[in-house]
Amino acid sequence: MWRDTVLVAGKDLRIELRSRVVMHQVVPVAVLMLVLFAFALGPDRAPMAQAAPGLFWVAVLFASVLAVQRSFALEAPDGARDGLRLSGLDPAGVFLGKTAAVALQLVVLEVVLTAGVVVLYGSHVRSYGSIVVAALAGTAGLAAAGTLYGALAAGLRVRETLLPFLFLPVAAPVLLAGTRAWQAALGLGAGNVGSAGDPWVRLLLVFAAVYLALGVVIFGPLQEAS
Amino acid sequence: MALAVLLRTAVCVTGRFPALAGVDLAVAQGEVVVLEGPNGAGKTSVLRVCAGLLALSSGHGTVLGCDLRRDAAALRRRVGMLGHGSALYDDLTVVENVRFGARAAGAELSNLEGALDRLELGGRVRRTPVGRLSAGQRRRVALAVLLTRRPELWLLDEPHAGLDAGARTTLGEIVAEVVAEGATVLLASHEPEVSWPLADRVVSLVGGRVIGARDVRRVSRRAGASDELRAVPGGVHVA
Repeated sequence: MWRDTVLVAGKDLRIELRSRVVMHQVVPVAVLMLVLFAFALGPDRAPMAQAAPGLFWVAVLFASVLAVQRSFALEAPDGARDGLRLSGLDPAGVFLGKTAAVALQLVVLEVVLTAGVVVLYGSHVRSYGSIVVAALAGTAGLAAAGTLYGALAAGLRVRETLLPFLFLPVAAPVLLAGTRAWQAALGLGAGNVGSAGDPWVRLLLVFAAVYLALGVVIFGPLQEAS
Repeated sequence: MALAVLLRTAVCVTGRFPALAGVDLAVAQGEVVVLEGPNGAGKTSVLRVCAGLLALSSGHGTVLGCDLRRDAAALRRRVGMLGHGSALYDDLTVVENVRFGARAAGAELSNLEGALDRLELGGRVRRTPVGRLSAGQRRRVALAVLLTRRPELWLLDEPHAGLDAGARTTLGEIVAEVVAEGATVLLASHEPEVSWPLADRVVSLVGGRVIGARDVRRVSRRAGASDELRAVPGGVHVA
């Protein structure tokens, strides 16, 4: 399974390095969201700083939909999906490989967005550790859940519109917990700053663990059924 | 002689209409069988069923000893299919596509360079992204993946489509070579002039059913295989 994970993740990341779709299209869209929200909130920095954690995670959430759609679009043309099924790769390995590739792309996006939040919204980070732990746990959860629902929608003609409809409600706990954890780390809430024992960080970790385990078990049947 | 493919009353319904309406077919190991018939006859569906990509609605099937209902996933590393699409990634180069296809199937890469050279994909072409190649070249790359993997059962759907005369000759040589090594080839084609010379037997399909089969080259020399094939309707020789 791990060999297949590395193989699929390497393939997806190599394609991204060549095509640069995520870097040249998804990242700018997410940054644009931050800029537009900054315009909408006005010139006063106080409400912008208050809203920064929520806006960061909203931008990550929508960008993750695009990244997952891109991940499955790679397999759509020229019978590549059948090729992947016929290759004999362990479905769990395919799931983890695709999840890892999406997660890595989202981490790059989050680094850019974090810089955007600090520059545009004037946020001050009080606990880098907490921010990193929350971001990594939230990213793993979004990538795993997105890949699972991406596989579900992949074989359908309406996949582009169906994926956000299926995925966004499911990802709501990440939006909520990620925002709360970041509020604490930015000194905007009453959270336990800098602690991985923060209940919101724990929720992010549980969400990621549940979807990773679920994906490993059901990705194969989903791939066959769709 | 053992059977590589055995379908008995295989029915496969996709959408509202049956793609296969009770196919009986037996293919011996080491045999080359060409499926012929008009559009919609069920040729591609037979290949997809044998690859485990299409589930049987009813009937029974075993491929390389694996039950299609229970062991389809286990079968896949032993089967190679060249479908209508080339199943390649446009942004990966020729050599990266072939390497990925071979590694995914758990195959050694020792055949890779030979496969590329044989299909005239060496030199600068090997480092070209597949998206920049012509349809015929893409077909060659897909064949190179199979040649590197060396599956036990080759399922070729219109393999000559888009290939030039030289590549068609190479394909014929490859089929003869892998069969000599013990592989089995099931080939769907609309082009009898290029596919029949490769075949031991030609099976005709119409409306999702086998309507006949004929020896065209070697099967008559293998009495054991012929006896076994006569046991099921798809194996009856009508010509």
